[in-house]
Amino acid sequence: MTVLRPELEPAVPPPESSALALPRRHYLNAGYSVRSWLLTLDHKRIGLLYLLSITFFFVIGGLAASIVRLDLMTPQGDLVQTETYNKLFTAHGVIMVFFFLVPSIPAVLGNFLVPLMIGARDLAFPRLNLLSWYVYMLGGAFTLYALAAGGVDTGWTFYAPYSSTYSNTYVMATAIGIFITGFSSILTGLNFIVTIHKMRAPGLVWYRLPLFIWSMYATSIIMVLGTPVLAIAIFLVGMERMLGVGIFDPRLGGDPILFQHLFWFYSHPAVYIMILPSMGVVSEIVPCFCRKRIFGYGFIAFSSVAIAAFSFLVWGHHLFVSGQSVYAGLVFSLLSYSVAIPSAIKVFNWTATLHKGSISFDTPMLYAMGFIGLFTMGGLTGLYVAALAVDVQLHDTYFVVAHFHYIMVGGAVMGYLGGIHFWWPKMTGRLYPEGWARLSAILIFFGFNLTFFPQYILGYLGMPRRYHIYPAEFQVLNVMSSAGASILAVGYFFPLTYLVWSLFYGRVAPSNPWRATGLEWQATSPPAVENFAETPVVTQEAYDYPAFDAMDAMAAKGLPG
Amino acid sequence: MVNDGFRLFPEQATAHAAQVDALYLFLTLVSTFFTVLIAGLIVYFAIKYRRGNRKVDRTLSHGHGMAMEISWIVIPGLICLIIFGWSASLYFSAFRAPAGAISIQVVAKQWMWKFQHPNGGREINTLHVPMGQAVELTMISEDVIHSLFVPAFRVKHDVLPGSYSRLWFNANKTGEFHLFCTEYCGTDHSRMIGKVVVMQPAEYEAWLSGGKVNESPAVAGKRLFEELRCATCHTPGQGQPVLTCPPLTNVYGHEVQLTTGSKVMADEDYLRESILRPRAKVVAGFQPLMPTYEGQVDEEQLMQLLVYIKSLSTNPSAQ
Repeated sequence: MTVLRPELEPAVPPPESSALALPRRHYLNAGYSVRSWLLTLDHKRIGLLYLLSITFFFVIGGLAASIVRLDLMTPQGDLVQTETYNKLFTAHGVIMVFFFLVPSIPAVLGNFLVPLMIGARDLAFPRLNLLSWYVYMLGGAFTLYALAAGGVDTGWTFYAPYSSTYSNTYVMATAIGIFITGFSSILTGLNFIVTIHKMRAPGLVWYRLPLFIWSMYATSIIMVLGTPVLAIAIFLVGMERMLGVGIFDPRLGGDPILFQHLFWFYSHPAVYIMILPSMGVVSEIVPCFCRKRIFGYGFIAFSSVAIAAFSFLVWGHHLFVSGQSVYAGLVFSLLSYSVAIPSAIKVFNWTATLHKGSISFDTPMLYAMGFIGLFTMGGLTGLYVAALAVDVQLHDTYFVVAHFHYIMVGGAVMGYLGGIHFWWPKMTGRLYPEGWARLSAILIFFGFNLTFFPQYILGYLGMPRRYHIYPAEFQVLNVMSSAGASILAVGYFFPLTYLVWSLFYGRVAPSNPWRATGLEWQATSPPAVENFAETPVVTQEAYDYPAFDAMDAMAAKGLPG
Repeated sequence: MVNDGFRLFPEQATAHAAQVDALYLFLTLVSTFFTVLIAGLIVYFAIKYRRGNRKVDRTLSHGHGMAMEISWIVIPGLICLIIFGWSASLYFSAFRAPAGAISIQVVAKQWMWKFQHPNGGREINTLHVPMGQAVELTMISEDVIHSLFVPAFRVKHDVLPGSYSRLWFNANKTGEFHLFCTEYCGTDHSRMIGKVVVMQPAEYEAWLSGGKVNESPAVAGKRLFEELRCATCHTPGQGQPVLTCPPLTNVYGHEVQLTTGSKVMADEDYLRESILRPRAKVVAGFQPLMPTYEGQVDEEQLMQLLVYIKSLSTNPSAQ
């Protein structure tokens, strides 16, 4: 994309050696007061508020997982009591899903990048955007209160009638927390949809949009359409629990399967809320570090929309052994395979993009390559759990745990970290230490595989999930998994430290350190409050790296030494 | 087997397990192929087209894009259809128990499994079954959702409160096998485990007759039927000259006409509902006179009543 904005962007980046200075005026130094942050309407600052908040929740959720893995080193479960263990895996699931993964890329990178990428000054509804963060924090506060008060032990799935009638833990406080947080998700989705429709820069037609925007658009559709159903499910659990209205518990005249239908109608599409944004990030990173057009732009773009659409038709594959009719099982199995196709399209197109590229292995690219490998394995094991007769064996075992962690951690978190590294110079104006960053990307990749691959084997052997105590023959594989988790934890600890370090001591970043084509790289690093001095005009497709590099080369020739 | 050593692949103790494993291995073959393909291509391209390599030809050839897109839509699509067809037919064919299966009643509660054999023998957390005979479990929960899982048999089904679930298997190997609860059911979920003991049929018979003698569920059901005075209204010649309630002979497994005009199949869930909530579905030609028995019979007694009512039907295998 070319942008007519010569006064902000030098034709050629200054050589790396010359001491760069941060721009005199940017969104970070526009105000230092607490008020300037807590009442900001700037999408970039709100993105950073989200970054801090979700990192906090990630650490809490990660600590819960660490204790769980430590406890599972021995079959007797002798580290914590069983009640505590059940509360820990519930806390891990609830926090990671609703307070980290769902908001992660959309609320941090999406908030920061959507306006920049489409050449807009801000999102369509800046006040709604700030409100969404407050709503998220309010929901988080309820959930943290539930944890501090004594925890909740239902699992993140809240299956009724256990959650609605039997559990004696803080179900309602947690449920209210999730209910509230859902609205922040809806507001974010709504904001993105309107912004992407109405605020694109002149010339930025749909087929010129970065694929990250397509994936944010698809994600937003799921957020807006799916989240209300979760809110309804939670509301009904509350009605039954507090008022004794019979909805799910058969003793009150209810139907326990109904809860599962309502819950998975949201929570299966929610998996795509978590993974689609990462797919968008990878689609940005891969062409940049290959210096090449992305292969199959249209196919990748529409596969995101297809995934969003199909995601609403597959929830019944969580109910193959719960007593839904055989014929419903057949239909949901078949429909589940329909999601495999757009996922395969993306993987093949990213791989084909590498062909004849000029590939460099900077940290974002390492994360993107790791993402493709791990997502492929997570996706392929999805074929197992969608296969009716095989799912009977795998349902509610560690195979499922491994499968969704390959998607949500191997996929979504790798994509998130890749994106954070890719856009860190833009967000902060600083470069992170490349050596440490590569090391941690590699550690995370290997630690992840050691943690979760043994769980596939455990699952087919029959080890059920959510087991505090397990038969001794499963110990070896569990110890491997826990060992991997310790490597993973170290891998996650590194970015937490060196990224903070880079804020103070990192080298100052040029406006376009990766020589990437997106509009966001035409803004200064960090961008000005108003993003662009004048509205950019887009005349070209996204990812035209050959033309971009040719212009760089010409400009370099035209300038003396 | 229970307390087996380290292994990477589960034991097979039913013919169904071997069939599921064949599909599992096919899936593993497909997954390995595509994982190696993708990972291999990534590594190969990454080395060959690394930025430092200036000798490699990077000129793009145009025109194959669409053919490639179509091939990686169509080929994975066909593979998916094969997997779907295979798994669905296996699931479908293994869904119903064969006629003549031994019927065992299962009641699950936090946190134990209660089993009752056809001769009335009861056991908790251990289930003895004969080798080479189909065994069908009729299962219900007294509280939350549980799930009965025997990995060596490759069978699992949720056990719901309020309605009956079924699961069947035909073990082809003697020994002891894990039985797990796989639906999270509260604090001691991971202690809700047991074992299935598969015995030679003769040993099973000996085991059955050796245990404490109990009433068989059908006999216990008949006794309950009389104790609860069901016979007064439901059996001709016992009370009033004209029956005030529908007779129960040949009801199970047949369609019943309701006062609303619709028809309903008289299966176990319908009969259970008619005992606990008699006014929910009233048979055409009768008044809603029957009182509820909710709270007066527990899940095990309900199962015994149903076994008795089923025994009044000439077509007891119909479902």
